[in-house]
Amino acid sequence: MAVQQLANGRFAWQRRTARAEWLNWLAWLAGVALTVFCWRVMTESTIWDYVWDAPTQAADIGGRMVPPRWSYFPNILKPLWDTLNIATLGTLLAVFISVPIAFLAARNTTPSVAFVRPVAILVIVSSRSINAIIWALLLVSILGPGILAGIIAIALRSIGFIGKLLYEAIEEIDAKQVEAISATGASGPQTLAYAIVPQIMPAFAGITVFRWDINIRESTVLGLVGAGGIGLNLESSLNTLAWPQVTLILLVILGTVVISEWISARIRHAII
Amino acid sequence: MLRLEGLSKRYANGDRALDHIDLHVPAGQVVGLIGPSGAGKSTLIRCVNRLVEPSEGKIFLGDVELTALGRAGLRQARRRMGMIFQEYALVERLSVMENVLSGRLGYVGFWRAWFRRFPQADIDRAFAVLDRVSLMDHVDKRADELSGGQRQRVGIARALVQEPDILLVDEPTASLDPKTSRQIMRLIVEICAERNLAAIVNIHDVALAQMFVQRIVGLRAGRVVFDGPPESLDPAALTAIYGEEDWSKTMTREEEAEDRAHEAASEQLRGVRAPLIAEAL
Repeated sequence: MAVQQLANGRFAWQRRTARAEWLNWLAWLAGVALTVFCWRVMTESTIWDYVWDAPTQAADIGGRMVPPRWSYFPNILKPLWDTLNIATLGTLLAVFISVPIAFLAARNTTPSVAFVRPVAILVIVSSRSINAIIWALLLVSILGPGILAGIIAIALRSIGFIGKLLYEAIEEIDAKQVEAISATGASGPQTLAYAIVPQIMPAFAGITVFRWDINIRESTVLGLVGAGGIGLNLESSLNTLAWPQVTLILLVILGTVVISEWISARIRHAII
Repeated sequence: MLRLEGLSKRYANGDRALDHIDLHVPAGQVVGLIGPSGAGKSTLIRCVNRLVEPSEGKIFLGDVELTALGRAGLRQARRRMGMIFQEYALVERLSVMENVLSGRLGYVGFWRAWFRRFPQADIDRAFAVLDRVSLMDHVDKRADELSGGQRQRVGIARALVQEPDILLVDEPTASLDPKTSRQIMRLIVEICAERNLAAIVNIHDVALAQMFVQRIVGLRAGRVVFDGPPESLDPAALTAIYGEEDWSKTMTREEEAEDRAHEAASEQLRGVRAPLIAEAL
């Protein structure tokens, strides 16, 4: 620490020693230099004429996007319903798979910390590390385009999310309640049902509804890669430059997300 | 009823919690287990129902050697031992009735328990013990809606509905005010008398122990250093258990004053905290 005794017997104090001060300066300098260098690399391939032109282009597309083509609305009701189904069924499927995995991954309920837990954690991590869109791309090429690929893509991505948050909730339960139930002579599964399940119920409900809410948003874009839902119409409208239809679809997605957010907030409020 | 022979417990970190304890508790006797923090009181009663595995020695409940039992045998034996906890250890989000019925889990299968379809005989037992602990008006409330004293009575009901031969009671009054503490101790002692139950009660309030139990066992550093009737607990005995201190003042009065001061202080704190929390929210 930068404490020095002065000639007059008092103590001087500085936050850093002179050496640390210099190192700090150098680190900042290196950071700024790196940023400048990266900016140069990044902008090397930019065609600036396009960028300067951007406001005009944006205004042009914006002008063509309004007014929305309201008459297109009946055509997207069915895809919208598909989208909601993809999100809901995907979440449901993920719940069935992730609940057992969460119990296998939680330190206090796993049958084996050395063998089973790492496998469960691996499942959770690999599910989480791949975005739903990427899962959908893979599944569309395996299963062919359609809603099924969407549902499974959503489920695969959600397993990790629900599994991780749920196993953390399981690890945070009050151990005394577990001790008390097992002291009555209850079996392992009974202890799980009476001491652990009631404790994690609020977390479980909150996590599931939250994930469902996220999945509604994710499933709206899955159609872009052919996995069904309203994203299919978005893609075809974009491809045919039908800007008024794009506007309508975006508005409908916005409305759906707002409603799902409201519903999930209500459900969470009611359960917790 | 309960017999410990050379019971020792050494934890993985090398701490010797219990050191060759020999103890015999006959049916119907309530034993108060006193001693300083870390003396091994909690470990001792948890070794009896093997929530903590003893390292050495034997434990007999009646004719059954608890220390020799396998998993299934231990489950059956645990039904005969009711346990009551310091902070009640109720399942907070279950109703009073569900908490009490959880005392019957050792007798019913998984699906019956899962769907809460307990045999009528068990429901009758549950209502009988709830009546005994005066909680008939609170059957359908959730455990976290009750006051401390009420919660501990649910804890007692859960232990009783097992129809045990012995009660293992771990600091039953540590989180209760002095008046409720006495009521809870009185209830435990009365019930033991009614049902001829043996009980081991861990308790750190010496005066309260003296008031209610028939026999006091003093533990220090994992050894029994005192064993006798409450009247014979003199300053010399207290020094043997807790170490050097001025024990000459009558303990009862001293402790009561302390409790009152403590209660007043926490009352005051609550008053201060409430607006702070409201502000933070």
